[in-house]
Amino acid sequence: MRLESGVPSGPLADKWDKHRAEMKLVNPANKRRFRIIVVGSGLAGGSAAASLAELGYDVDCFCFQDSPRRAHSIAAQGGINAAKNYQNDGDSIWRLFYDTIKGGDYRSREANVYRLAQVSVNIIDQCVAQGVPFAREYGGLLDNRSFGGAQVSRTFYARGQTGQQLLLGAYQALSRQIHAKKVTMHTRTEMLDLVVSGGRAVGIITRNLVTGEILSWAGDAVVLATGGYGNAFYLSTNAKGCNVTASFRAYKRGAGFANPCFTQIHPTCIPVSGEYQSKLTLMSESLRNDGRVWVPTEGGDQRAPTAIPEAERDYYLERRYPSFGNLVPRDVASRAAKRVCDEGRGVGKSGLGVYLDFNDAIKRMGKDVVEQKYGNLFHMYQKITDENPYATPMRIFPAVHYTMGGLWVDYNLMSNVPGLHVIGEANFSDHGANRLGASALMQGLADGYFVLPYTIGNYLATAGPSPVKTDHDDFSRTAAEVSDRTRRLVGRKGHRTPDHFHRALGQILWDHCGMGRNSAGLEKALKEIPALRQEFWEDVCVLGGDREYNVALEHAGRVADFLEFGEIMVRDALERRESCGGHFREEYRTSEGEAVRDDEGHAHAAVWEFQGADKAPVRHREEMSFEFVTPSTRSYK
Amino acid sequence: MNLVLKVWRQRNAEEPGQLETIEAPSINPDMSFLEMLDVVNERLVAENKEPIAYDHDCREGICGACSLVINGVAHGPDRGTTTCQLHMRRFHSGDEIVIEPFRARAFPVIRDLVVDRSSLDRIIQSGGYVSVSTGGTPDANEIPIPKRAADVAMDAAACIGCGACVAACKNASAMLFVSAKAAHLAHIPQGAPERLERARSMVARMDEETFGACTNTSDCEAVCPKEISIEFIGELNRDFRQALLAGR
Repeated sequence: MRLESGVPSGPLADKWDKHRAEMKLVNPANKRRFRIIVVGSGLAGGSAAASLAELGYDVDCFCFQDSPRRAHSIAAQGGINAAKNYQNDGDSIWRLFYDTIKGGDYRSREANVYRLAQVSVNIIDQCVAQGVPFAREYGGLLDNRSFGGAQVSRTFYARGQTGQQLLLGAYQALSRQIHAKKVTMHTRTEMLDLVVSGGRAVGIITRNLVTGEILSWAGDAVVLATGGYGNAFYLSTNAKGCNVTASFRAYKRGAGFANPCFTQIHPTCIPVSGEYQSKLTLMSESLRNDGRVWVPTEGGDQRAPTAIPEAERDYYLERRYPSFGNLVPRDVASRAAKRVCDEGRGVGKSGLGVYLDFNDAIKRMGKDVVEQKYGNLFHMYQKITDENPYATPMRIFPAVHYTMGGLWVDYNLMSNVPGLHVIGEANFSDHGANRLGASALMQGLADGYFVLPYTIGNYLATAGPSPVKTDHDDFSRTAAEVSDRTRRLVGRKGHRTPDHFHRALGQILWDHCGMGRNSAGLEKALKEIPALRQEFWEDVCVLGGDREYNVALEHAGRVADFLEFGEIMVRDALERRESCGGHFREEYRTSEGEAVRDDEGHAHAAVWEFQGADKAPVRHREEMSFEFVTPSTRSYK
Repeated sequence: MNLVLKVWRQRNAEEPGQLETIEAPSINPDMSFLEMLDVVNERLVAENKEPIAYDHDCREGICGACSLVINGVAHGPDRGTTTCQLHMRRFHSGDEIVIEPFRARAFPVIRDLVVDRSSLDRIIQSGGYVSVSTGGTPDANEIPIPKRAADVAMDAAACIGCGACVAACKNASAMLFVSAKAAHLAHIPQGAPERLERARSMVARMDEETFGACTNTSDCEAVCPKEISIEFIGELNRDFRQALLAGR
């Protein structure tokens, strides 16, 4: 497998400009001769599809939801970072770059991250021009807030619904191009395979989720914007439909999968309340700006939180990390919560929870101001838990939220399969081993609005139109394989639902490949997952037919892929013999419990190559070299 | 708690549907409404019966995928709440709960409780945007917007496009949905240049999609999970009339 990052030479600040000047262009009159397939309509896919169509390309855009507006980007609450320095507090492109690369624990590519920080400023301009109603000061200028892992206020927000408003901006831009007939939108359509012909990505195979029809689509380039794989854990903050199928199918057709063990466990989620639980709900990280995290000093304290005096509370983040306090990065905050719960000091019925207390904030700012800032989050918390967070502290616990790993891409956001581009959460490129808050929205829109539209032109100008149409053998063979797999699943009259197996897989991954990992647990998971997979194929129940709307069939297909993919996550976690970012190997830590990174042996992206069914995948490496920053031990003390 | 569900079952758009009675014993009051349906489905499958189809995705009240008319009310009995954020503690053991799809001519049934709401997308496509392309935009702070205007725009922009307003309306009008998008863009300077054309084209598209006219009875506002105000409908009507007079 060739893993050439293609990072341009020269000073860091000039790389992107230089590259843009050197890339080939497609003549405006020729753009309409190219057809680009975009899978996914979230921040990355929606913004890419719209921008490509505006440039003149013909675009087919696909999503499994009933509308492109429902992609899971919509659920992002807190905000989007940009190095605007509007607050005059010392922010700069360099600082955003540095915070992001340090926050990612030095496991991402310098040049990509720098470019991300550079285009971050354009994103805010673009979104404002579209009419995104960001929060404003009384003078009419944009407001900012601070977020975990940064000491400047660079986060732009629209109440607690920033993702929704940014997505609606992209959705509206996309709608305009659908109206102009430059984008053909295919909703309730799931990508089930990638078609590779002569070593080049030339199209996809889809299933229409309403009619069950399997169809082939040819394009001159394919863009995957299909999000992350957090739902491998079953319980996560992802929407129920989020899945790894598109990425995993691409992996099985030769695309390298990078760093699958890098998953982000978000510190502020509502704790699990019962067996029936179907998903976990995030409480925006912005709450940590004003809320204080604590547990009782002594384990087993059964008093109501309001009855526990100050002296018997341990504000453990403020104690352990005085300079960042409650605003330490997500991985640090999550591990600290796990640690106090492991010590028996967790709160709530399950003992798996910590308090997030707004009492001081209400005293300081008044209830009205707190309500103005966080009202919708408090409302949501109360709906779910039946507790009033204005009167009693919230209970929170970490939950799977985001995946930094993803398909490997080069500087042009193209995978190792020529023509296959991967953007947004689906790729691995920018967040290393841990993502900072408010950076996912930034990356999705950076890729879709300001990076891919340039780099895909270079690919198309170099590679030319795809010579292969849907009548080619490679299409019919791939489509036949998809139909076979669907038929293997449908009509299975086992005893258990796909959900049953999904939960079981999630439990294995949470127990052994979650917040803390060790070789014994990972080895155990490597035995349990294949056994569960076998059980799935023997005992899953999928009623109904394949040529109709069939939710069980949809779900079974996704779970089947998670059951294979989960094993690669575990393998990756086992091979990465260090602790970095969200990947915490219990064998590699200081006496104080902090992570110990191994830059000598592991300053690389691990890229997995599929070798065929029942064969172990091969692990390749892309070395991460640091020319402009010096990796240091991450300290937030 | 023990419940009796009367659920709309319909195989596809062509075949007629009917209410089916399904027992739902031993339901935990802390479950969300959709988790209750998940459990019911698990049990149906265990009896080799096909599960109930319903739309859902984020389960945190923002994606707008979940729908359901619960005991005659779109999104159920709680105000300002989507079905996914409705919890079973709101009901009592022994209750009979009637669950139907969002009904409107413009929302054909796909299966059971799943309807096709792409008509709402087509309304947005007809003009629910600011016509700017990527790149070449001015610095974000060059467009100062009074906080009050930005806040009103955000109130309107909070619409999640679920279609409850349509399901609640006896005319199946989409005016609250259309006016929310129109108001979002009308209250800020970026949306001003196309304000009248936008009102005109979105209303025209709404009519084409067979949504009815506004009844002025504000059932839409009562069920809206984001509590969007019908004042926006008044504003849209004004813009629409002005557009007609101006010949836009």
